Amino acid sequence: MRGLRSRCLTNLPTWSDMSLTTTAMQIFNSLSISSVLLMVALGLSITFGIMRVINFAHGEFVMIGAYVTFLTDRLLYDALGGGTWFLVALLAAFVVTAAIGYLTERSLIRFLYGRPFESILATWGLSLVLQQLARNIFGASNVEVRTPAWLQGGLALADGIQLPANRLFIIAVAVLCVWGTYLFLNRTGAGRSMRAVMQNRSMAGAMGINTAAVDARTFALGSGLAGVAGCVVSLLGSVGPATGQNWIIDSFMVVVLGGVGSIAGAVAGAVLIGAASPLFEFITTSSMGKVIIFALIVVFLQFRPAGFLVQRTRALEGQH
Amino acid sequence: MLDKLIAGPPSRRQYIAYGLMVGVLLVLPLFLSDFRLALVGKYLAFAVAAVGLDLLWGYAGVLSLGHAVFFSLGAYSMAMHMKLQSEALPDFMVWSGLEQLPWFWEPFRHFAFALPMAVVIPAVFAIIIGYPTFRSGIRGVYFSILTQAMALAMSILFIGQQPYTGGTNGMTNFQSLAGISLYKSGMRLGLYLATVVTLVGVVALALWLVKTRTGTVLMAIRDGENRLRFLGYNPVRYKLATFALSAGIAGLAGALFVPQVGIISPSSMSILPSVEMAIWVAVGGRGTIVGAAAGAVVVNWAKTVFSESLPEAWLYVFGGLFIGVVLLFPRGLAGIADQLRALWRTLPGRPAHAPQPQQRAPEPARSPAADGSRNHASLALPVVEPVAATAERES
Amino acid sequence: MRFPRALLKALLITGFALLLPFAAFAGGEGEEGDVIKVGVLHSLSGTMSISEVAVKDATILAINEINAAGGLLGKQIVPIIEDGASDWPTFAEKARKLIERDEVEVVFGCWTSASRKAVLPVFEGLDHLLFYPVQYEGLEASKNIIYTGAAPNQQIMPAVSWLLQEKGKNFFLLGSDYVFPRTANKIIKIQLEAEGGNTVAEEYTPLGHTEYATVITKIKAAAPDVIFNTLNGDSNVAFFKQLKAAGIGPDDIPVMSVSVAEEEIKGIGAENIAGHLAAWNYFQSMDSPKNAGFVERYKAAYGDNRVTDDPIEAGYFGVYLWAEAVVKAGTADTAEVRMALRGVEYEAPEGMVKIDPVNNHTWKIVQIGAANAEGQFDILWSTGEPVRPDPFPALISPDEDVIEPGVMGPRS
Repeated sequence: MRGLRSRCLTNLPTWSDMSLTTTAMQIFNSLSISSVLLMVALGLSITFGIMRVINFAHGEFVMIGAYVTFLTDRLLYDALGGGTWFLVALLAAFVVTAAIGYLTERSLIRFLYGRPFESILATWGLSLVLQQLARNIFGASNVEVRTPAWLQGGLALADGIQLPANRLFIIAVAVLCVWGTYLFLNRTGAGRSMRAVMQNRSMAGAMGINTAAVDARTFALGSGLAGVAGCVVSLLGSVGPATGQNWIIDSFMVVVLGGVGSIAGAVAGAVLIGAASPLFEFITTSSMGKVIIFALIVVFLQFRPAGFLVQRTRALEGQH
Repeated sequence: MLDKLIAGPPSRRQYIAYGLMVGVLLVLPLFLSDFRLALVGKYLAFAVAAVGLDLLWGYAGVLSLGHAVFFSLGAYSMAMHMKLQSEALPDFMVWSGLEQLPWFWEPFRHFAFALPMAVVIPAVFAIIIGYPTFRSGIRGVYFSILTQAMALAMSILFIGQQPYTGGTNGMTNFQSLAGISLYKSGMRLGLYLATVVTLVGVVALALWLVKTRTGTVLMAIRDGENRLRFLGYNPVRYKLATFALSAGIAGLAGALFVPQVGIISPSSMSILPSVEMAIWVAVGGRGTIVGAAAGAVVVNWAKTVFSESLPEAWLYVFGGLFIGVVLLFPRGLAGIADQLRALWRTLPGRPAHAPQPQQRAPEPARSPAADGSRNHASLALPVVEPVAATAERES
Repeated sequence: MRFPRALLKALLITGFALLLPFAAFAGGEGEEGDVIKVGVLHSLSGTMSISEVAVKDATILAINEINAAGGLLGKQIVPIIEDGASDWPTFAEKARKLIERDEVEVVFGCWTSASRKAVLPVFEGLDHLLFYPVQYEGLEASKNIIYTGAAPNQQIMPAVSWLLQEKGKNFFLLGSDYVFPRTANKIIKIQLEAEGGNTVAEEYTPLGHTEYATVITKIKAAAPDVIFNTLNGDSNVAFFKQLKAAGIGPDDIPVMSVSVAEEEIKGIGAENIAGHLAAWNYFQSMDSPKNAGFVERYKAAYGDNRVTDDPIEAGYFGVYLWAEAVVKAGTADTAEVRMALRGVEYEAPEGMVKIDPVNNHTWKIVQIGAANAEGQFDILWSTGEPVRPDPFPALISPDEDVIEPGVMGPRS
């Protein structure tokens, strides 16, 4: 492997190559990547925290959100001038994916509670079906979502530093989503019952909380957040049957890194992975960057096997 | 009568049945075209890998979603050997500008080196990955997700190292194996028979292993790892050994796969094929060894059949199959017969208030591996507690 | 709820039990004698389906047209479609199935180099015939494959020369991490060296990569005159969107792409790529009656929102080239058709195309276009006449060349 290493080394830019502008851009970029990961991972984290269900079809909810954005573009682009259609799309993506998530929970997921392994297989099957469905409905090739005028261009800070408007917008949406989720979980009755179920299902049930309804609501919320993520990633990348696949593994890593069922953990995990990937991509190559990130996650878990932040319980084997 | 073959420890009648199955596999070449025979050979290679994964998942309760990596490492070892059989310097090295064979390629010229390496490399790699993860107490789905990320990282690594691995294209266009031309008549048959023999050997090994004390400890890990720890066992060692064994078996399967299929590429070691492997085991019935092997054959056969007859809609059928199996037959093929029998008992002339065993069916399969904290059954609970028996007791 | 659920299970088991053997035999036996069976092998599922489904459609269109016009040698052509599922071993398996079980006379298919390399031993081992419709990296000339896409000297190399003349000397090479971009960039680097250009950086991202902020940062730091883009598939969408958002337009640094055609622009969005360049043998905007008819029929068959592009056109005229050879040979027999294909000509939508009798590649016109706001290309430059294909450019294969189909020899 000597040849291999030396080949990589010749490609390495030195630290001095990273000028101040470049560094600033890198930080900004990593924040926007973190934002998308965070929105996808939030849903994953709470559905797993509450239901012990690993949803491999979660990426497909991102895809559905992206296609909803595409449909809104086609239907309302001309009717609503000035790009307000995109805000409508953001809302529609949330509502539609949440509704589809609700139906999925009622028809499939509820049979999988507490069976994480089986849920992997069934939701994997669901993901195959949803992708094929998208292929048959919208065609196999990618579709175009236009970027509204107010999200084009960017905010020039100083010489050479331009913050792309679409990335700024994505960060803003992510902050709103996290804030909203936080308020929902902590300030509303529905949110509090959700947290109660997450912490102790049987106790919550005994206190009169309709746990089945909470499950459905939680799943819908998680799906809706993925839908919002799907809407904003249409600003960055492709909209096609495989759109969701691009995000799902990294989001799982965020959940593993952050600890299950914790918003703060998800934020920390997303920021860390979001920050680390561009950094390693910059000093090595895009391919090697991913490999290094994986190795670091394994190392990190040596010290914190349950992630950054984990719900403290007295259960001995609670960390499944 | 499939349940008789698969569930529980084998009896004499089951050994006869196993013998019959092997007999069928051995005479199959007489009835199949070369093309179909190669396909069955491929299914059987997958079945070997499925048995290995079943040992790990079905018995030790550790689901690896990166097993395709081990399978491919074995396949790559064999592919490197076959590539060197026909070309002094493999074609992709020429394109990538290598002028000399890398040193670690050199020993693969020899079949006697390549074949053991197909088992050793995956096993050693499994230990490297498994030791830190098991030791730090990463379990359950965390481990699954982590192995999945490993699969992704490994496939990206192999794609990126084109001069040494052939990149995305992988390795193909093999001419001979251990000095014998792959196109020679009888070679195909020989590879097929070698696969059958390996499968029989691996199944026998697994069936023996799970009956030993080690097998009991493995099941205890699955059912209540902490309880086992309190009894003074070190689960890490057992899990690690099983992980390595399972990876080695997967590597062996890969070594059988590649001469029959004729290509190995990083796409075979990524997430999709890894998850598919778990699906073979789940469809066949977790913790049943023979069931897992049968699952691999049935799923791949179904995949071939459906993709040939419905090329544009087969994913619906295939995806639906996974959902259906998990929802309706949580114990896979091995459980279907039990369920049918139980159904038979409840249907004709049974009083309406009779308890429904079907609704309870998920329980035995779910609790052992999925969630240790919920399971208060004895340590040595057999994986497949026959539902029929439950039904008898209750109705 | 109790009874139906139990019954459902029973029904499902019986259903599967009945369906499997039925499906196994469906379509197996059949029509003999008065039809000609051909195989169509593309990814209809998985990541590559975004590109390959359209090529499959074009191939089927050509087959239907020939059938509607009375068939071939008085026989109807029956296409047998298989899904390669974006998985290379599956491609090999399905190719073998088409040849051995369905006994097709020819196979049209594949897109990625990896899938072609996977089926190559099958076609050579069974001495069969494949039509491959996509531009690729060259360095191959099997006697069993007819290459209807561009060889390096019909796309990459003219594009580099043109850029050196029109846009500048400093090249940033960006590609997906697989064999085509790596080999293409190898050719480009040697060519740049020979023609006085300069490679400022070379960057690869994994297939399906969608985050280009870091790469764009590197581009800004390197400040090249042009970006030579060999990214494949989805990555192009992300790259062009993010490049525009970063404030880099075609007037700042033009991007020359060799894997971005009209079909891809639909996903990228015309406004994101307008002004950037592409090199191809065919553009939908080509002005000829033959092309107008082709575009019209393709849209009529598959929808008004569909576009045609280079690989689609190559998938289409490949069928006609084969049909010409069948007529010339007087039989659809694979071996005889393969001989008859040498030097066969056809008036394709892009103009006259011809199979080179020595290396089995296709003589094609070479053009460079700039994307416009309508998602089409404005043609800037054209060779005007078909260029001889050269799969082994002397730059990287100084000693060896193809001397007859499937045979390498010393360069003369």
